[in-house]
Amino acid sequence: MSYIAKPKVVHPGLPRNELGLSLRDYEGGMSTLCAGCGHDSITAALVQAAFELSIPPHRMAKLSGIGCSSKTPAYFASASHGFNSVHGRMASVATGANAANNELTYIGVSGDGDTLSIGLGQFCHAIRRNLNMLYIIENNGVYGLTKGQFSASADVGSKAKKGEVNQQPPIDPCLLALSIGCTFVARSFSGDKEHLVPLLKAGIRHRGFAMIDVISPCVTFNDHEGSTKSYSFTRQHYQPAVYADYVPPAQEIRSGQAAGSVQAVTMHDGSRVLLHKVGADYDATDRLAAFGYLSRHQAGGAIVTGLLFIDESQPDMHEVQGTPAEPLNSVSYARLNPGQRGLDSIQARFR
Amino acid sequence: MNPMSTQPANNDFTVKIANVNGTGSASANTLLMKAFFRMGIPVAGKNYFPSNIQGLPTWYEIRVSRDGYICRSGRIDVMVAMNAQTYRKDLADVAPGGYLIYDSTWPRDRQLARGDITVLGVPLARLCNERFTRARERVLMKNIAYVGVLAALLDLDLEVVKGLLRESYGAKAQLLDANQAAFDLGYDYARANFSCPLPFRAQAMGATSGHIMIDGNTTAALGALFAGATVVGWYPITPSTSVIDAFKRHAERLRKDPQTGRTNVAIIQAEDELAAIGMVLGASWNGARSFTATSGPGVSLMGEFLGYGYFTEIPAVLVNVQRCGPSTGMPTRTQQADIMACAYASHGDTRHVLLFPANPEEAFYLTAEAFNLAERLQTPVIVLTDLDIGMNDWMCRDLQWDDAYQPDRGKVMSAEQLEKIEKFHRYLDVDHDGIPWRSLPGVHAKGAYFTRGSGHNMYGAYTEDAKEYQDVVDRLRRKWDTAATLVPAPEVDCSGRHRVGIISVGSCDGAVREARARLAASGVGTDYLRVRAFPFGQAVQDFLDAHERIYVVEQNRDAQLRALLLLETRIEQTRLVPVLHYDGLPVTAASIVDGINQDMAKGQAA
Repeated sequence: MSYIAKPKVVHPGLPRNELGLSLRDYEGGMSTLCAGCGHDSITAALVQAAFELSIPPHRMAKLSGIGCSSKTPAYFASASHGFNSVHGRMASVATGANAANNELTYIGVSGDGDTLSIGLGQFCHAIRRNLNMLYIIENNGVYGLTKGQFSASADVGSKAKKGEVNQQPPIDPCLLALSIGCTFVARSFSGDKEHLVPLLKAGIRHRGFAMIDVISPCVTFNDHEGSTKSYSFTRQHYQPAVYADYVPPAQEIRSGQAAGSVQAVTMHDGSRVLLHKVGADYDATDRLAAFGYLSRHQAGGAIVTGLLFIDESQPDMHEVQGTPAEPLNSVSYARLNPGQRGLDSIQARFR
Repeated sequence: MNPMSTQPANNDFTVKIANVNGTGSASANTLLMKAFFRMGIPVAGKNYFPSNIQGLPTWYEIRVSRDGYICRSGRIDVMVAMNAQTYRKDLADVAPGGYLIYDSTWPRDRQLARGDITVLGVPLARLCNERFTRARERVLMKNIAYVGVLAALLDLDLEVVKGLLRESYGAKAQLLDANQAAFDLGYDYARANFSCPLPFRAQAMGATSGHIMIDGNTTAALGALFAGATVVGWYPITPSTSVIDAFKRHAERLRKDPQTGRTNVAIIQAEDELAAIGMVLGASWNGARSFTATSGPGVSLMGEFLGYGYFTEIPAVLVNVQRCGPSTGMPTRTQQADIMACAYASHGDTRHVLLFPANPEEAFYLTAEAFNLAERLQTPVIVLTDLDIGMNDWMCRDLQWDDAYQPDRGKVMSAEQLEKIEKFHRYLDVDHDGIPWRSLPGVHAKGAYFTRGSGHNMYGAYTEDAKEYQDVVDRLRRKWDTAATLVPAPEVDCSGRHRVGIISVGSCDGAVREARARLAASGVGTDYLRVRAFPFGQAVQDFLDAHERIYVVEQNRDAQLRALLLLETRIEQTRLVPVLHYDGLPVTAASIVDGINQDMAKGQAA
């Protein structure tokens, strides 16, 4: 971690977004993670994405579980409410929070331990509900805070710092998410901010559960020779299938953006995501094809990245529930209370 | 009436029906119970059902009590033995002088011989097989036929029965006809073959007007509905599931917004109880009134989040419909054995506000009150009912709702308040009552803070500093003292003349009242306090101080309420005598009288 806090002074020349806010207005407390931690790069990308989308900071809610990754909501958007929940249970808190107020932007940050082991059940069921949130997995293959045990995303053959070799097959969050109906599945790398920021923006704007698995190397416990989640291994095996470009509502698609093999997906708010395919055969709107592509390429040792699958047509939790458009937490008591007359009408059946 | 009497009399008897589950006896049993109620006679129905869908023994017990005693009587005057699997036990359970009715399509004269009771055979299966053609109908209608037999023997008002049948089946003429015909089969057979009515029978009274027959899961759901709950996270578990079923059913009717046509609730079935309580905390943190209901194992699973709610000070309401533990225990039997597990649920120095309704009526009011307390105190509040309250039909006074009621949302900073202040600090005790102010997400940038279950200081920042940590947990303890002044006071019946006191809780109340009447009739006067909340408050201490010997009546093996009193008040062990009942059936007055008498006899012997 660094020990010198940046003073909160905004240079008058700093760019402003539609709300007149600068990047600094989306920053948070000083990170206490290890110097060089991938998570800090993701935090920076989140700051960038929220700034560029001009989200009022107090209209965002940040949620997390337990672990190194789950500390990061303290490091961005100080003007947003944060909820550092218990281990592996962020998804349920986000579900309740979203049920109470469907108007906020929910950003969940978790890790591979928090999501794929203790929190696997909640992760899966939040996907099944198509809960409207961005869910980031900061994936480094180890438990950092407890000093380097393998997590469920560790690859077979990956070597721990002390020499132990993992023999249990990994849970791949992307394949898992695809198999249970996730409506936005992406993978990225903390070392590639240019690739990550548009994905975060698209994920935030996606109406439904947007899962982004971000390979985020642990510099202290999993960045050595023999690890399959190190910076160097990830750089060597990184294989983009599709690049995402985010185009805000009412903005023209520039000619450069549309070059090559591009697929445009329109989001609910009118914004668009442009998918630049690297492989000509890749179709990010075909769930089965995406599953097959991922399985095949990963069997060959590739880390496939990009917006791997998107489906804007599925109903989110509120649509399935049939809740009103108005946030439930702002419906006045007068409209919730059936009164003595309502009570009498019920009691008539119990005589 | 002589309270010591154990003989049946008019409007004072118990009927028990032994059946096989899955044969559709529930509607017949309800019909019978409702008939007494409509005749104006106080009545209670208790369902002893298996944790099973079809084929296992199930019993339904109806106590008719002109004196209004509604606990389990512990005496069976009329047994309807419809289940050959349990004949032997059912025969043995009939009180001397009582009656046993069975299906004599298959005569069992030798098996059912008992000299001190009267056995009445009715060929129910034969009568129904002759009258009905479809297999399912033949099975179902046997149940209505035994109601007909009982109607003749107990002299039920036939107009009342007809009215009830019309209400249930009026929409389907064919069904109504079949039920009426089955009822007549049993009624006519009994009139033709037995001396009707029996020496004890039903006589119309006027004691049930202004009352309803309702179960406590329904009333707890209504309490939440009227308190304004909008978000429910839940996971199915017996015996709490019907809390949510009822909430959903009534919300769909009463919460339909005329403006939008949508229902103003979100009822989310979770993947487990951990997620259910997580949803409640998320919703409450975000400013909605939110609750969950669970039982037994669910409470254990919710432990971690309950501690989180306590430490981060998020309101939450949990209705715990207690069942028989430990472990899976007996899911369809009753107990009050979660008192300790709830009072201190979760690791660390954690303590929770508990509310203890005694019956469905109180379950309505206390569940509604739980939301006010949870938000005023910013902490989880657990309403402890049990299977007896939750799933049995109790006669209760009509429920009232004050149309002037406004929810107490507690100390929540508005956007205007936040705009005015220089800086908001989440855990600062500005009012010196231990309760800080909170802010809701999305309201104002100045309200933002980081909710964390890890060590935090009074400003809400992360801390590992010894003093900063201790300041917060000490302030939480002061908040607990405030809670003791806000929770519902105990119900006390104290003459000031008696040296003997009884303290009880929840569904023991009916049995304790009856036991006190019996004890008084035998010359033992007692004072009575029924705990309605934890923390206990001054009134409980005063009652303890005012009595030499205090019997603590509760439905668990380990005397958990007594243990809690010993921990949380100033009372010596020797003055608190446990009177315990924990076999899974609701407590009877007789077991309490026996327990107290035994202790008193010991005292005299010594």
